[in-house]
Amino acid sequence: MIVFESVTKRYPGGTVAVDHLDLEAPKGRITVLVGPSGCGKTTSLRMVNRMVEPTSGRVLIDGADTAASPPAALRRGIGYVIQHSGLLPHRTVLDNIATVPLLLGTDRRRARSRAMELLERVGLTPALAKRYPAQLSGGQQQRVGVARALAADPPVMLMDEPFSAVDPVVREQLQNEFLRLQEELGKTIVFVTHDIDEAIKLGDRIAVLRVGGRLAQVASPAELLARPVDAFVAAFVGRDRGYRALGFAAVSSLPFEREETVRLGEALATARDRLNGGWVLVVDAEDRPQGWLSEDGARLAAQETVTEDALNLGGTLATEDGSLRELLDAALSSPSGRGVVTDGEGRLLGSISPSTAVRLIEERSSAPAGAPGTGEEA
Amino acid sequence: MSNALTWLTDPVNWQDQLGTPGIPTQLGNHLAYSLAAVAIATVIAFPLGLLIGHTGRGTPVVTFANGLRALPTLGLLILLYVVVSPHISGRGDAPYLVPTEIVLVLLAIPPVLGNTCAGVQNVDPAVRDASVGMGMTGREVLFRVELPIALPLVLSGLRSAVLQVVATATVAAYVGLGGIGRYLYDGLAARDFAQMTGGAVLVAALALVLDGVLAGVQRYAVSPGVSGRFGTGPAQAGARVAEAAGKASVPA
Repeated sequence: MIVFESVTKRYPGGTVAVDHLDLEAPKGRITVLVGPSGCGKTTSLRMVNRMVEPTSGRVLIDGADTAASPPAALRRGIGYVIQHSGLLPHRTVLDNIATVPLLLGTDRRRARSRAMELLERVGLTPALAKRYPAQLSGGQQQRVGVARALAADPPVMLMDEPFSAVDPVVREQLQNEFLRLQEELGKTIVFVTHDIDEAIKLGDRIAVLRVGGRLAQVASPAELLARPVDAFVAAFVGRDRGYRALGFAAVSSLPFEREETVRLGEALATARDRLNGGWVLVVDAEDRPQGWLSEDGARLAAQETVTEDALNLGGTLATEDGSLRELLDAALSSPSGRGVVTDGEGRLLGSISPSTAVRLIEERSSAPAGAPGTGEEA
Repeated sequence: MSNALTWLTDPVNWQDQLGTPGIPTQLGNHLAYSLAAVAIATVIAFPLGLLIGHTGRGTPVVTFANGLRALPTLGLLILLYVVVSPHISGRGDAPYLVPTEIVLVLLAIPPVLGNTCAGVQNVDPAVRDASVGMGMTGREVLFRVELPIALPLVLSGLRSAVLQVVATATVAAYVGLGGIGRYLYDGLAARDFAQMTGGAVLVAALALVLDGVLAGVQRYAVSPGVSGRFGTGPAQAGARVAEAAGKASVPA
């Protein structure tokens, strides 16, 4: 656990970057510091590994005052990932990952074989091991940056906008893999971002800071969306709060309906027979939904069988144990008006109409406050 | 020009005669004056450049050293010869050698100092930040990160110092020392233009050979990650393909 005890950073000249910050980052969880620029979030992060020294107050890691250990030794025990990766350009990917173990005196062969494991763990192919950072894409560089921070297996990781400099598609991919990785590793993570959506997606706890380095609110993502403490937090959290909050409302006992399907490769005539409201759902041999076939689509198809290119791919999929947001989105985006629900393996379970989704939402809001789905408040 | 060629190819000029050293000996002298000056300059300027670049303090020293470039070499040599040499009581060439080496060292310091300092200062701040954040000490950051990344600039500073010193070491002959300058001054005195041109060609050839050697060292010593010599293209294409494939499989 990382504890900020009334931590203040005042620069010569009087600028206060962080003002009496009291905050706990629980063990094994992701604590996100979020706020507009100039709110002191990066300064706060950098006070954990003494890249910035507090003017007053203490930062404790598992009860030990960080000011008591020499900076270099302290930092070797803390993973550090920054926005522009900061990979050493003169070293290969493998040696970059092995940097901290080598500093700690691990012998080169052991450090390299550990680096090789990590390379695959962060989703990179071993073929990249001998490359130099300049030969990698931005997304790949960030993955190497994460692998490097994990190399000495530190219990604590500091991440300063690690996914901000890559394009949105790669960012989402990196975020998802980061969450998967964290599920396996359970590190104590302090994560800085200016992007509230990223904070809500990744954080177990979110600390919203306001300009001048004052803490505005600490809460779970669901709590933050449901009960922003003041106008600043409400404005910062932004629009669509109600809709986004549905992302934290789990679905239980879904009343989905059976959906008629055709398989890819079956005759178009069969598909026409099964049209329901002008649409039929197409699945593959394992019953995984592939898309919707419309009456027009069937008529204009070049072949006599159901093929992929005749499908409408507009609908999103909801999973059985997913969130209400997913469910509502599936129902609203489906061209047939019926949201497709699958099980954890991606196999079809049935469909749900927008009105059913809305009924589920209504049932949830009429339930007593603090009901299931927001149970992760700390 | 053809006379110069005749002079250069005359076997007599390549052998030590009584009282007149041959071309190989003078090349050796020239090389010795030059390398000694570059070595002394490097011993002074390289650590100083690393220190200034790493700490960011003392940059006026670099500016001052650059100002030294404006001094007229020959004028400075004569001044030092008049002022310094009477105080040197050594035997042999010492009274001539010391002023000459001082002049050449002053010439070699600015490129080595300036480039070393600039090379270290130009290291990407994110790389420095990450290195410190991973727990490197100041010394480790300097020698494991900043120096390897600065190496191309450091070596190109050394190369330009070598070129300048080799070209200028001809002044040694002006105060009575050897080296290829001998052929220039003697040729001028005797109005032997073939000899002068031949000497100039020798200086240029020596400079080119040394520069070639250092270019080889640079190629070998600098990491491909810094120089951008990654070898073959397919690796690069492979990275692109892998990334594209990654993008295509975005989880829902």
